[in-house]
Amino acid sequence: MSDVADRVRKIVVEHLGVEEDKVVEGASFIDDLGADSLDTVELVMAFEEEFGIEIPDDAAETIQSFGDAVKFISEAA
Amino acid sequence: MSNNLLSGKRGLIMGLANDKSIAWGIAKACADAGAELAFSYQGDALKKRVEPLAQSVGSDTVLPCDVSDEASIDGLFDALKDKWGSIDFVVHAIGFSDKSELRGRYVDTSRGNFAMSMDISVYSFTAVVQRAEKMMNEGGSCLTLTYYGAERVMPHYNVMGVAKAALEASVRYLAEDLGKDGIRVNAISAGPIKTLAASGIGDFRYILKWNEYNSPLRRTVTIEDVGKSALYLLSDLGSGTTGEVLHVDSGYHVVGMKAVDAPDITKE
Repeated sequence: MSDVADRVRKIVVEHLGVEEDKVVEGASFIDDLGADSLDTVELVMAFEEEFGIEIPDDAAETIQSFGDAVKFISEAA
Repeated sequence: MSNNLLSGKRGLIMGLANDKSIAWGIAKACADAGAELAFSYQGDALKKRVEPLAQSVGSDTVLPCDVSDEASIDGLFDALKDKWGSIDFVVHAIGFSDKSELRGRYVDTSRGNFAMSMDISVYSFTAVVQRAEKMMNEGGSCLTLTYYGAERVMPHYNVMGVAKAALEASVRYLAEDLGKDGIRVNAISAGPIKTLAASGIGDFRYILKWNEYNSPLRRTVTIEDVGKSALYLLSDLGSGTTGEVLHVDSGYHVVGMKAVDAPDITKE
């Protein structure tokens, strides 16, 4: 779980150029971390690549925050 | 793989989104061949992505263009004319459809999305070539991107398949019109590649697997593969080729049935 969280956090930090301590459980990509709508798609693609999983479109739309991403990936991987 | 195939040539790349884009594979190949590049983008979200990529290939010419707006296309080419005077090639990597209609049945396509998909994905190429022609040097080359879904039915591709068929037809008509001036017009039909645009297409991972198992080369293609073929069509290497749809798809378009050694794959 924590390993997943660390890997997800690393991707978010690199992609959005935000401080690591801002990437907390409830942090919304768009509202709190300054992502635009393309960033959210790019993040999902980066998660897919990192974890070798497929995140279907309808699931991708529910991944709005760091916590959402960690939860989904932990269950899928 | 540096070379001088486009040394002294100037070209416009339209439709770059990020470093996964097919347009980026083409841009890199052109830059490695010595071309001077300009890029167009639509909207601020894309601007901030295109600028650093443009910079990395030595280009500071990053201009806005909304291809649904005639004045915006005019503005782009006016700016290029001011800067360069003439142009040698244009790469059009633009398409759009409402994502909700890139799944399910084609028959359910709405009139509004049909018209918009045709406007952005088909007419925009004609509109761009119309402007480019006026400032293009002899030996110039225009290139657009298409997909096998134009020729055969692909699950989920739907209205984009119809649009790409129209785009391929327009390549042939444009080739005839511009051929007399020594300008070539071609398309590359690339195999599926996981790009930002492809994220709109349903079951894309399944499509990638299917192509990997069943294409003669037994792999999917990369943006570098497309870039190298684009270099042929954009440079003097392709001087005798126009009106062509070049398949860069690991040969998938010649296959009639599932490969004997392809494992059965099920949709996850």
